[in-house]
Amino acid sequence: MRNLASLLFAAGLGFLLMVFGLQFDFGNAPMLVGQAIQSAAPDQVGAANIVTSVVLGYRGIDTLGELAILFAASTAVGLILGNRHTSTKQDPDSGVILRAGGELLMPLLLVVGLYIILHGHLTPGGGFQGGVILAAAFFIPVLARPSTHLKHTGMSLIEGFSGAAFILIGLAALYSGGEFLQPLLDKGVIGNLLSAGTLPLLYLAVGLKVGAELAGLLAHLAAAETSES
Amino acid sequence: MILISAAIVVIMLLAAAAALLFKNHVAAVASVGILSLALSLLFVILKAPDVAMTEAAVGAGLSALVLALGLRRLGLWQIEHTDTTRRGITDPGSQRDA
Repeated sequence: MRNLASLLFAAGLGFLLMVFGLQFDFGNAPMLVGQAIQSAAPDQVGAANIVTSVVLGYRGIDTLGELAILFAASTAVGLILGNRHTSTKQDPDSGVILRAGGELLMPLLLVVGLYIILHGHLTPGGGFQGGVILAAAFFIPVLARPSTHLKHTGMSLIEGFSGAAFILIGLAALYSGGEFLQPLLDKGVIGNLLSAGTLPLLYLAVGLKVGAELAGLLAHLAAAETSES
Repeated sequence: MILISAAIVVIMLLAAAAALLFKNHVAAVASVGILSLALSLLFVILKAPDVAMTEAAVGAGLSALVLALGLRRLGLWQIEHTDTTRRGITDPGSQRDA
């Protein structure tokens, strides 16, 4: 009976989505605000990547909200998992292939992550994507050698300072007469690495915060796991 | 182009059904990762490379990793069905060293 009800529900939901989906052309959004932003953004913000000028320029406070949600989630995970008992035994280090692969991958991932963060205003990518790759770069050595520890104090210092830097840049814009998180500084030539004002700084702050937060979360999740065995 | 998109959607549906039907938890987590990877390909085709990168990094990488670590913490990380011993995320060869 319950299976039948959920099957009916799923079929109804699928039918509804299909009816809505057939109204639109495939891949063409029926919106006007997108075109307006696309024509105005290069002059107003100066970022070659329009998505970045929306994420950090027009909708900066949404990004701040995302950072706050991520912070709340990782804090909650830390609270639920608790601290590792010092007497519990560690997993043994993994084999030579995994260890060598981890040591090879870590600098590559660091470079890729920093590249994606610093070029967020020019090419697709940005703080969140690059931050996740940075977190992976710092988590891979922990997977290869479970006895190593990420320094939690350093991680939380980076996280706190970069989160504070994001808000301080926003407050600086407020102080200089604009709106909160309005892009400041010289826009520069569109397409250059040093362009788009404070947007690269904001994305650097986002990337460091996301990276430190997720690396800490993953290390916490991996470390707490052997606590009961 | 619409044929490629349709193929990707079919792959996504198959992966989602597989995640529901697999008895093995590790295989279910892997098929959720495949679902996210196919979705990021679909985003590339729809000309949204930013979203595609987020989906590939967060959906396929991070959330699959978090699910895998959660399985490990619950003691459900079993590669083979008949194997009832708890097993770490490392390969079986490293168990000899312990």
